[in-house]
Amino acid sequence: MHELGVVFYVIKDVKKVAEENEIDRVDSVTLSIGEVSGILHDYLTDCWDWAKKREPVVENAELKIETIKAVTHCEDCGEDYETVKYAKVCPKCGSENTYLLTGNEFVIKEIGVLDE
Amino acid sequence: MSGVRVIDVNHGVFEINDEIAETVRDYNKQHNNFMINLMASPGAGKTTFLLKTVEALKDSVKIGIMEADIDATVDAEKMKAAGVSSIQIHTGGECAMDAEMTLQALNEFDTKDIDLLFLENVGNLVCPAETDTGADKKVVLLSVPEGDDKPLKYPLMFEVADLIVVTKIDTLGYFDFDKEAFVRNIRARNKKAEVLFLSAKTGEGFDAWLEILKKWL
Repeated sequence: MHELGVVFYVIKDVKKVAEENEIDRVDSVTLSIGEVSGILHDYLTDCWDWAKKREPVVENAELKIETIKAVTHCEDCGEDYETVKYAKVCPKCGSENTYLLTGNEFVIKEIGVLDE
Repeated sequence: MSGVRVIDVNHGVFEINDEIAETVRDYNKQHNNFMINLMASPGAGKTTFLLKTVEALKDSVKIGIMEADIDATVDAEKMKAAGVSSIQIHTGGECAMDAEMTLQALNEFDTKDIDLLFLENVGNLVCPAETDTGADKKVVLLSVPEGDDKPLKYPLMFEVADLIVVTKIDTLGYFDFDKEAFVRNIRARNKKAEVLFLSAKTGEGFDAWLEILKKWL
């Protein structure tokens, strides 16, 4: 259900960008989503397909999703490693003193408009 | 010839919420409201806990409550019956309050005379943890019957909490709830949050919560 809320945000923001650029029809919306942002892509697409019909400016827009790889940094040995594979524990030194560098993002990257 | 025009947006969706959350914090600062985001699963005892808090502080602190639910008004009605200023927010299917809904509710709610504002978030241990509402503190309730393993299953909720309150300790004799294991499970994720054990029904341990509240205010 979190995905639906996010979709509403995206639509509202895209609508604003469209107005600023004097566009009345958006054909694609590209999102960049981190691997560990907790967003389910299939579910997000379902929510998008449902919600877009309620907003004329995006009613025909296709949702494109790019994935941002999750990387965690170890403060003890300085290693950067794959979060999805090793989670919080550094594979090099075994430390749990780690933090997420990338992978938690949810960004509206761009919108595409077909020329008439 | 037709081509595609691409317009760069680069708006972080979570950042949009975070900006509004800052507005909520500014609003509350200006109006001298201290706001607590109260999160828990359904049935953890949020409403009973709040009613007991209101009763204990009614002579010294003016409390307001924002009840967020997907639907229904039962909680707000209970609060009203107890003489507490409250507003019911319907999230319209959303599993958590976000900063914008909170700001809207604040604009509709007369918080002029209020010192302490509780946002009783939608009951679940997942989405409310992900969204900053602009509250000054995050308090997570967990009841004894839910079990001591919940910090392992819902790590983010226990990671973001400033205070974790275990409720219904009057039922400890009936459930296999290991207090030490519970604290250990929290510490794996959250080194700072205080952990309290209390019963809003019998009043046991409740003073420690009121002390923390007074310190915050």
